[in-house]
Amino acid sequence: MSSAAFDNAVDRPFPPVAWLSTTALAFVVVGGIIVASHAPHVTPLGLPLAFLSVGAVLLVAALGMLTQLKDFAWPTFMKVFKWELLAYVVVAGMIELAFVHDHMRGSSLVVVTLMLVVFAVSVPTTAAFTVARYAQPPDNG
Amino acid sequence: MADDVMVPSAPMHAEPSERPPIQIVPLRALPVVAVILIFVVVSIVANWRWGLIFCHVVGGGMWTAIDLFVGLVIGPILGRLSIPARAEFTARFMPKMVVIMPTVVTMTLATGFQVARMLGNLAPSSANHAWLIASFCVVGIMAVIALGILEPANIAVLFEMNKPVPNGERIHRLMNRFIYTAGITGLMQIATLVIMTRVASR
Repeated sequence: MSSAAFDNAVDRPFPPVAWLSTTALAFVVVGGIIVASHAPHVTPLGLPLAFLSVGAVLLVAALGMLTQLKDFAWPTFMKVFKWELLAYVVVAGMIELAFVHDHMRGSSLVVVTLMLVVFAVSVPTTAAFTVARYAQPPDNG
Repeated sequence: MADDVMVPSAPMHAEPSERPPIQIVPLRALPVVAVILIFVVVSIVANWRWGLIFCHVVGGGMWTAIDLFVGLVIGPILGRLSIPARAEFTARFMPKMVVIMPTVVTMTLATGFQVARMLGNLAPSSANHAWLIASFCVVGIMAVIALGILEPANIAVLFEMNKPVPNGERIHRLMNRFIYTAGITGLMQIATLVIMTRVASR
């Protein structure tokens, strides 16, 4: 549908970007719970790594679908995404600070950091997509 | 974490809005948020016991109270208001929740983990260890609902309401997410109260 034909009364079908990024969030949250439940001791990383991997794959799939969208309100998406990203980078930074402060080091810290990256990107992706899917795409004509 | 507001059946096509544009993030609140977050960071870095407990108790109390009050008291009242009254309330209420809830949640969780570590409750040998794991699970469920389902709906509703002709049906559908998840959030908050009082009384 071209932007000229945009009708705010009609909801266009979109790929499940929000569901994928939210499921990615759920996977890293579960991985984070497993890591936190072992603190302050060293965490066996098999399970957290598995949850992180699935979460990362789902997020990449969501972002891949997003980049394929035609006639999408990218300015609205970016407007929401950049502010949400700023907010969740701060939140993720505080969580990272807590783990570093608690002497988490090495591969455990790497896994937690990557989980926080998925967290900090998935939440803004979901929010920005949910807003932009109902916004008017820019007029390219 | 639910900013539970109900805006049931709104008309499919509302009249052009005469309401001034909604400021989605109240900028005047951001300095206050910055001060709170700095206080949290200082408490963590300095292992400041009073600061950590203050942030955790105040933040946790506000989080649970707001969730339950909004879900059980404000929500049902809103559901009985006229559509213009609901829209007016939502336009003023939800931007505040956009700032309040993430701040309160961050304050609670960041310091809660440190308090648990400081008091030895995180240790597997601690009698409270299992309760803490249960609280992690409860918080995890609330986090996914709040961040993946409710917050996007909240922001999308505010953007929709800022359009010259908001789509009432769409707002109604987005707000239904709050109704569908209110039961789970309420249950999780009650579980939090049980867990935290168990931990504190051991």
